[in-house]
Amino acid sequence: MFASKVSRIGVLILKQLSGDKLTSITRAGYNTSSCYNQYLQPLSETKLLRGVIFHKHHLFSTVSASDSSNEGIEQKEKISVTFVDKDGDEIHIKVPTGMSMLEAAHENDIDLEGACEGSIACSTCHVIVMDMDYYNKLEDPTDEENDMLDLAFGLTESSRLGCQVIAKPELDGIRLAIPAATRNFAVDGYVPKPH
Amino acid sequence: MKMAIFQARTWFSRTFSTVASHPLRVCVVGSGPAGFYTAEKMLKAHQEAQVDIIDRLPTPFGLVRSGVAPDHPETKIVVNQFTRVAQHERCTFFGNVTLGSSVTLPELRELYDVVVLAYGAESDRVLGIPGEDLSGVYAAREFVWWYNGHPNCRYLNPDLKSSDTAVILGQGNVALDVARILLRPTTELASTDIASHALAALEDSSIRKVYLVGRRGPAQAACTAKELREINGIKDLQIHIKEADLLTTPEDEEEMKNNRIRKRVYELLSKAATTRASHPSSDPRELHFVFFRKPDKFLESNERSGHVSGVRLEKTKLIGDRPGERMAAGTGLFEDLGCGIVLKSIGYKSIPVDGLPFDHRKGVVPNIRGRVLRDTSGDPMLLEKGLYVCGWLKRGPTGIIATNLYCAEETVASISEDLKQGVLASSSSSGREGLLQLLDSRNVRVIPFGEWEKIDSEERRLGSLRNKPREKLATWEELQKVATE
Repeated sequence: MFASKVSRIGVLILKQLSGDKLTSITRAGYNTSSCYNQYLQPLSETKLLRGVIFHKHHLFSTVSASDSSNEGIEQKEKISVTFVDKDGDEIHIKVPTGMSMLEAAHENDIDLEGACEGSIACSTCHVIVMDMDYYNKLEDPTDEENDMLDLAFGLTESSRLGCQVIAKPELDGIRLAIPAATRNFAVDGYVPKPH
Repeated sequence: MKMAIFQARTWFSRTFSTVASHPLRVCVVGSGPAGFYTAEKMLKAHQEAQVDIIDRLPTPFGLVRSGVAPDHPETKIVVNQFTRVAQHERCTFFGNVTLGSSVTLPELRELYDVVVLAYGAESDRVLGIPGEDLSGVYAAREFVWWYNGHPNCRYLNPDLKSSDTAVILGQGNVALDVARILLRPTTELASTDIASHALAALEDSSIRKVYLVGRRGPAQAACTAKELREINGIKDLQIHIKEADLLTTPEDEEEMKNNRIRKRVYELLSKAATTRASHPSSDPRELHFVFFRKPDKFLESNERSGHVSGVRLEKTKLIGDRPGERMAAGTGLFEDLGCGIVLKSIGYKSIPVDGLPFDHRKGVVPNIRGRVLRDTSGDPMLLEKGLYVCGWLKRGPTGIIATNLYCAEETVASISEDLKQGVLASSSSSGREGLLQLLDSRNVRVIPFGEWEKIDSEERRLGSLRNKPREKLATWEELQKVATE
């Protein structure tokens, strides 16, 4: 209850100060603050506090979001990742190693859904690895990820859940397509099979 | 106090925020995944859009609240995102507003430039076999609403005491959800958001055996791997599958080769059939997958007149050779399966409202990519201007939450195209203001999102007292009371 109040206040402040950047910022804030504890465990004060700090950080600093969420990350290497969004536009971003592609997309305002916020209970962060060589560098999906991929819209041989693709040096240069209801993709090195 | 100030500010900023001088007035009917995804995509795609979401319940989120099983909390996390949509400055939620009685469809279309119907499927397909009206025969939907605290099924009181056996007709994910709730140790359910009346009844339940009956075989089972994996993991549950049913034909193999889900489900069923409990249990429970059987009639009890005592099943065999489309045909061989309760999990059905074209055969609104057609002829010229559908009303009651994401994308793309082509235009229609006036004149007590948040807080508070994430308020009276006090 308290959490929702605080977040709402946060959202409200954001609403008033940030204008059209609103959606992305609140989205990031919620992801880190109140997603899991809402259902899985009673709220702890610390988590709450972290949520608030996170909001503040977004509000009053100009450093990139990845710096604020984890102190260790800034020393780490960053890799280049290209998202191809639903309109077919390419977005080039730098992702610190250890970060999931779902988080990276959200930190960069990329329109990738994450309905279950990374708990492997939905398939909305489905991405298509556009080059088989990169796909093969990923660890095999777990049963749980495969269960969700079963249901993913526009599944391909090189599909993964964005929340399960974690940045590592070998993935530098990876290209990920976000499936859209209105588009099809060509994946390099992959010949589609008829369904 | 602080709260009040902030609420007032929210109200202030919403009322006087800078919306386009001629906003595009959009009304979405239904606040489940299809409704919320549609609203989200409309808000994103059209800066001039003002989106009102109406729902007949005081509570938002549709099947995320009343359909998703209580032991699937991760699936419900999506309400965080929907809440952000509802709190968007150009979006408003009005609960307790029923299309067809609080406001009619023609009225709504008069008030808004765009109306998107996303009210889902609140009824059930029927088998049309003798005995379907016997007491003890329920639609799985009713049972699901009951354990999820939907106010319409608060007093369902399903009979879980008169027998140790339940039969579920159907083998889809709803069937598996229901089976799991019936068989899972109640100590595990106690920490979920299951309705307390349901938990109490389940704690007292005599059901120890559940039969899941399907017309076709394990290679065609309609469930998905996650749900099956879960069933396989239930403590002290013995799963029974006839070995002969697991034998596959070349046609089955062909079907599975081209269908990833079917193949993985078959593998899990095979695995479940061969796994045997390693130690004797104090409270053993059984789940039987019964393949190649279709219900022929419900049997009436001799002792309790008007009550079901079993189901007569007809053995089937698969006919046809097109992969994925083979049908189960009766063989004329019958067998009876005794039970005290039957749950029909054979599909949901949408209900039309007055003034809405409806394809009764398919159970959907005739449409092309979400644009509502005047009739079922499929003639793309006969469009109902400004009227769209999304979700189950558009494509039938299948799929998962994420399916609605793409469904909404398609419907919103159609709306955008129509706006571009000038088929639609923002007009001087009165939208929200007109709707609220109309509802007020009819004494409809609207429940805005802020009042849902009061319900939400109260449910969480009650839940925390019992170590549950929430304790759902499950009657209309309680919901109204907490919302409006």
